[in-house]
Amino acid sequence: MISFIDHGAVVWFAKTVGLIYLLVMAIAALVYALWPSKKAEFDAAANAILSNEERP
Amino acid sequence: MGQLTVAERQAGIMILVGMAVLGFVMAVAGADNALGVHGAWILVAAVVGVFLMLDRYLDPPPNETRLSEYYDDPAKAGVVFAMMWAVIGMGFGLWIASLLAWPELNFDLEWTSFGRIRPIHTTGIIFGFGGNALIATSYYVMQRTCRARLQDPLAAWFVLLGYNLFCVLATTGYAMGSTQSKEYAEPEWYTDIWLVVVWVVYFVVYLRTLARRKEPHIYVANWYYMAFILVVAMLHIVNNLAVPVSWGSDKSYSLFAGVQDALTEWWYGHNAVAFFLTSGFLGMMYYFLPVRAGRPIYSYRMSIISFWGITFMYMWVGSHHLHYTALPQWVQTLGMTFSIILLVPSWASAANALLTLNGAWHKVRDDATLRFMMVAAVFYGITTFEGSFLAIRSVNSLSHYTDWTVGHVHAGALGWVAMISFGSIYAMVPWIWKRERMYSPGLIEAHFWLALAGTVVYVVAMWNSGIIQGLMWRTYNDSGTLTYSFVESLVAMHPYYIARAFGGLLFLTGALLGCLNIYLTVTRLPLTEAVSSRPPLDCEAAVGALQAAE
Amino acid sequence: MFGLHKQLERKSLALALGIVVAASIGGFVEIAPLFTIHQTVEDAPDMRVYTPLELAGRNIYIREGCYACHSQMIRTLRDEVERYGPYSLAVESKYDHPMLWGSKRTGPDLARVGAKYSDAWHVAHLDNPRAVVPESVMPAYRWLLRKDLRIDRLGDYLSAQRVVGVPYTDAMIANAEHDAYGQAAPDSAYAEGVTKRYGEATTIRVFDGQPGRLTEMDALVAYLQILGRLTDAAHKPAFAGRQ
Repeated sequence: MISFIDHGAVVWFAKTVGLIYLLVMAIAALVYALWPSKKAEFDAAANAILSNEERP
Repeated sequence: MGQLTVAERQAGIMILVGMAVLGFVMAVAGADNALGVHGAWILVAAVVGVFLMLDRYLDPPPNETRLSEYYDDPAKAGVVFAMMWAVIGMGFGLWIASLLAWPELNFDLEWTSFGRIRPIHTTGIIFGFGGNALIATSYYVMQRTCRARLQDPLAAWFVLLGYNLFCVLATTGYAMGSTQSKEYAEPEWYTDIWLVVVWVVYFVVYLRTLARRKEPHIYVANWYYMAFILVVAMLHIVNNLAVPVSWGSDKSYSLFAGVQDALTEWWYGHNAVAFFLTSGFLGMMYYFLPVRAGRPIYSYRMSIISFWGITFMYMWVGSHHLHYTALPQWVQTLGMTFSIILLVPSWASAANALLTLNGAWHKVRDDATLRFMMVAAVFYGITTFEGSFLAIRSVNSLSHYTDWTVGHVHAGALGWVAMISFGSIYAMVPWIWKRERMYSPGLIEAHFWLALAGTVVYVVAMWNSGIIQGLMWRTYNDSGTLTYSFVESLVAMHPYYIARAFGGLLFLTGALLGCLNIYLTVTRLPLTEAVSSRPPLDCEAAVGALQAAE
Repeated sequence: MFGLHKQLERKSLALALGIVVAASIGGFVEIAPLFTIHQTVEDAPDMRVYTPLELAGRNIYIREGCYACHSQMIRTLRDEVERYGPYSLAVESKYDHPMLWGSKRTGPDLARVGAKYSDAWHVAHLDNPRAVVPESVMPAYRWLLRKDLRIDRLGDYLSAQRVVGVPYTDAMIANAEHDAYGQAAPDSAYAEGVTKRYGEATTIRVFDGQPGRLTEMDALVAYLQILGRLTDAAHKPAFAGRQ
């Protein structure tokens, strides 16, 4: 099929880029979720669903 | 119909006419196979639909006040469909469970043999019951969390009805012998294409409602629903790439073969578990559990972290279905590693749900609806732990190919998916039908205990049979040969297969009580002002809400 | 107003994009390399494709959902090798669209069931499993002996297989119907073509015990009898000795 790409190269790429990808994604998600100034926004969101407004 | 504008009515009729034409073409092209049968059904259904719409075409157009209300008609229909499919799917489950104990129960009919109705059970439950419950609740949740009315009533109906058409085509196709034989992706090529169309519209409906929301932040339940919609689309398209034998044939051959096909299939198969049976239902949990308990989610931040953890990591774990097979070992190891790490975000979600209930345990005791959700969270925790455990190569060497896997799947499907759905449906039914409460709390209570007992009986029976089976297959005697023949291991399963069928019977009975209760709620209880129907807030939580508002 | 809409839209689209990006990496890393796997794994130059009759049998195997209870994948575990035969190699299912590795053994593995039992055993067993194995819970497939096999579309089936990568030749596609008939009718004029196109080792027999009739039973038994025998790569010492 894609015979000009050697299996070893693909596996190497998958393993290295995959690792970097994993770390970057994890750090990005943690930074977003734990950013201090976001707390107010998150608290508001968590409480907003509890109010009883039955109108849009 | 009364809620549709004249333009929407016209568009609806046009769509149905288009469907009729499509059905006709299918009926002619596939005259000698399932494609043609399905085409004829679509033709008839679409024509009936056109007449039904024309009949009420001249009804007075809806007035403007409707725009200041939420639009819950599709959610109501979705609940009805979900309960219908629950009974169908669980009924077929009970049937195939009985077939393994008493194989003559297929009455010697072609379409009732185990191999044909087993996918009717899986599709009926996963797509029929689970899918409809997800669509119905997502319509409810997206409107409330966005404080915006559902943007496109016609599209919402198209998604719901089109999706149920998919389920009907899929399940009846299996009975006729039309299947791809790819587990949980059995529907043939034309049914698959139809689902893609429906799914794209679903995504657009969701995005357009989100775009009208009143608050800048998107509530986390919607994230889970979005992941469900998007990733299921990805998985479905890639795994179902196939070449039809001809345009007039229901048969196709998958694009991939052998080891590539196997990994694609289990990449799909396990992520169907992740994004259909986990992500979507977590969305349900993150809305209905806090609201029913009257308390905000314990840690909103944790819900975000586990969201990204689940979205990112599930995609790697499919290869744990292929341990010790012809799949390269490094792929197996990668799958195993991620399966174990995955326990972290999974347990974070389960713990988040249970910690939310701190301070509301008296409600869990008194309210079976909330108890359904609580038990669901517990089973979610148990099942994800078991999943990570079974993904370990050495454990998998024993458990794979046995009933242990079946028990694991049902701990998830009965204990988590069905319980959270029933809990959410019981919470939502009075709200959308504007009734004070469910008709009978006693029936909910009975349903709860039947469901819990059924799940426990089922899962314990399958753990036992699976482990016994796995051990018998690998037991050697003193002379170094295998002790048991395959048939001996089969005979040993018989009592567990009966116990399993009994567990399924309990669970099905509970679902029937649920149907009865919903029917009585809608027909026997008077309309009420919806505002009062939501449970009161905890004082402490209400203060928190006030502070947040300031 | 429009500007605000646009911005909100952008936020949900960003979320959607984030989900797709996060979710797609696992598949790329694990699945993409498999498409170059043929460079590293065993090859089997002797491997042949399914004959039209065997392919028709495979279609019946798929139609009846046999994968729900029978696997076709022997793992590299001692007890499995002793119970079922040499473990399965990737190359052995390279023409399997779709693969039928399965995930559950309510019944035994079938990866090497070919030539293990006689045709008559399979026919009796499929017609009524409990007549042969009293404890069996397998459904009886009584209609297989009754129903004539449809062979008029087999050319299309082979063509579709070729589109997805199975090396069927023009002659194989053109003669699909005749070859299907000939493989179950050793005395007919069509039998010779099967040997010519699919090799000397191809089994040509009246599989269902009813000469002069081509039933679905013929096809399914022909398929079961070739399982594990398209190549003998797995029996070669290089693999048989490695565990």
